[in-house]
Amino acid sequence: MQLELSPTDAEFRDRMREFFTTKVPQEIRDTVLEGRHLTRDQIVETQQVLNAEGLAVPHWPVEWGGQDWTDLQRHLWHEEMQRAGVPIPLAFNASMIGPVIAHFGTEEQKQRFLPPTANLDIWWSQGFSEPDAGSDLASLRTTAVRDGDDWVVNGQKTWTTLGQFGDWIFTLVRTDPEVKKQAGISMLLIDMTTPGVEVRPIELIDGGHEVNEVWFTDVRVPGDLLVGDLNGGWTIAKFLLGNERVGVAPVGATKRALATLKATAADQLRDPLVRARVADLENELLALELTALRVVAHSAGGEPHPASSVLKLRGTELQQAVSELALDLAGPASLAARAGEDSPQEGWARRTAPTYLNLRKASIYGGSNEIQRQIISRTILGL
Amino acid sequence: MDFTYDDEQLALRDAVRGLLATAYADHEARRRAVAEDPGFDRALWGRLAEMGVLGLPFSEDDGGVGAGPVEIGVVCRELGRVLAPEPYLSGVVHAGGLVAAVGSPEQKADLLGRLSAGELVLAAADASPGARWTSRADGVRATVSGDVWTLDGVADPVMGGEGADVLVVTAALPDDGGTGVFIVDAGAVTRTGYAAADLTRAASITFDGSAATPLGEPGRDLSPSVATISDLTRIMGANQALGVMQSQVRATTDYLRSRRQFGVTLNTFQALTFRAADMYVSLELAHSMVDWATMTIAGGDPDAVAVAADRVGLHVSRAARHIGQEAIQLHGGIGMTAEYAVGVGTAHLTVLEQWLGNHTHHLSRLAGRVDDHELVEAV
Repeated sequence: MQLELSPTDAEFRDRMREFFTTKVPQEIRDTVLEGRHLTRDQIVETQQVLNAEGLAVPHWPVEWGGQDWTDLQRHLWHEEMQRAGVPIPLAFNASMIGPVIAHFGTEEQKQRFLPPTANLDIWWSQGFSEPDAGSDLASLRTTAVRDGDDWVVNGQKTWTTLGQFGDWIFTLVRTDPEVKKQAGISMLLIDMTTPGVEVRPIELIDGGHEVNEVWFTDVRVPGDLLVGDLNGGWTIAKFLLGNERVGVAPVGATKRALATLKATAADQLRDPLVRARVADLENELLALELTALRVVAHSAGGEPHPASSVLKLRGTELQQAVSELALDLAGPASLAARAGEDSPQEGWARRTAPTYLNLRKASIYGGSNEIQRQIISRTILGL
Repeated sequence: MDFTYDDEQLALRDAVRGLLATAYADHEARRRAVAEDPGFDRALWGRLAEMGVLGLPFSEDDGGVGAGPVEIGVVCRELGRVLAPEPYLSGVVHAGGLVAAVGSPEQKADLLGRLSAGELVLAAADASPGARWTSRADGVRATVSGDVWTLDGVADPVMGGEGADVLVVTAALPDDGGTGVFIVDAGAVTRTGYAAADLTRAASITFDGSAATPLGEPGRDLSPSVATISDLTRIMGANQALGVMQSQVRATTDYLRSRRQFGVTLNTFQALTFRAADMYVSLELAHSMVDWATMTIAGGDPDAVAVAADRVGLHVSRAARHIGQEAIQLHGGIGMTAEYAVGVGTAHLTVLEQWLGNHTHHLSRLAGRVDDHELVEAV
């Protein structure tokens, strides 16, 4: 056992820290660190800065821009980005559809989509969930029916995060209604400017517009936009969702949020109860970070470690707990959530209630925490 | 960075596990051992000595093996897995650690040599009635006349004190001179033995002008060393607690798979399997923290070790409450019985926590330091 990073890894971490804190525009990092909303342009700009340096999609195959890093290096990259307030590369592009196309796509699909996906020239949306298919994803009902060389798609997707910015959407669609539900699903790539695609906003409890419904009415999709095998969509979905669980414990971002809160609400640190809550959260976050490092050190062949579920479960709980502390420290000032910039209440305090409410999602998405408990009890404990 | 054991550490673990399995695979053997004097298995103690386990922390010059904290942690985890009542943590890690930290070369060679050989059982007397985890020695006072030292006062609880041959005593030095460490023959004091909640043996010890030999340079304030050895003992106690918790999670999942109620096994009920999943989450996080704190010792910085002891102390105390309480609850009535290891394990976790510092204590210390840093750094 050895606690210190090797000289190579320490040098790697310093290089990441240097790049993230000097090359990503300060205004963008401040937006993240202060908990304000990023614009589409800020997210695109950041990813392009990273991509120019080879830091946007390091886990992709090398020929498509990957870096062939160790799992520990990838972890350090991810943590240092969050620590510096750098928006992480758009997950739909970098973690979801990119690896899927690189793994399952045709050569033509790779050539056409991977470079603009890495550079965020195409903004992808995810079209998986439906009103009756959340954690039970295989129950989805959106259909794709063959018509000549094309597919004709009808149905409705929901919870499409940032779908209002989407250029393309990767979808799971039912291509064979006659077989077992997992066996009749395929993956299609759909240009969101195609006639018949309609994006409708969903308003959430934090007042923001983050997710959408996407409706498909007789949408014609060229046949060469099927990814992988016909009716092989479930395999692709499992591959993609497995990737999604990696790095799902936002340790660096939560640590940063707590440190920022300590500095911002410093006068309240005189209260011993507040000090105890802070100390407790810091300790829990340390244990989580160390567990992430243990998982990284054990992960082999890119497969998610079974204990990844521990990271997702605890990581989102702690993320929520820090937002809860922030809300409590803001107190009545948090009522001014929807007051304008000329409000006499401080900005950080006004943002606490929407953030707290928004982060309720963290224990629901990416496989709800109940699903994670199911995975732990079945897969790890054999119950 | 590496959180895995090397081959030698694995070999040590397997050897200790093998030896303890022959001794305590059956919880009845543990019950018999704690019921009879001296409260542990002397023959097993001898075999641990032969294996080099008792000399693990001490240098070869002092008759030990010169191993590192990871190896000592390996042993403590294995002892925890079977709830071994042998006074390893109290006698070797704590009392032996004090001798190694402050003794003269001759004292170390003599005491640690005999300790490593299994010829001598030590106990650290550093707690006063009513005191709470302080390295200040309030309960026992040292007096010197010429170069003859004597001690007066009471030390309690003295873990492992009932069966010890020699006591390593912390005492207040004359004229507010700080804390000294002394050697006292256990035959020269008044000793009242008792069993702690987990049935391991402790003692209340009264010094009444008892002859004492200063460890190291007489009259010198040794409180920094005393504090550091307490921190090391806390971290090794966390290793021992981890072993207990690993056994409890395994026993609980086995039980949920096998115990039938309402015509089905208990793992049919999601309310129970989800609670087991949460126990596993606590266990894995505690495991990470224990590995980290153990590796921190190797860095050699006493301040870093002090912080690590508080961090692991808080985290493991809390995990121990969660896992220990749930292990009993999910077992139902059998978990309450003394004949079953799971409930006794919870008693052992309780003793470790209140002996070495409970979560409120550690949280309070950490809360005092929240503005010393911006972020908590793992590495």
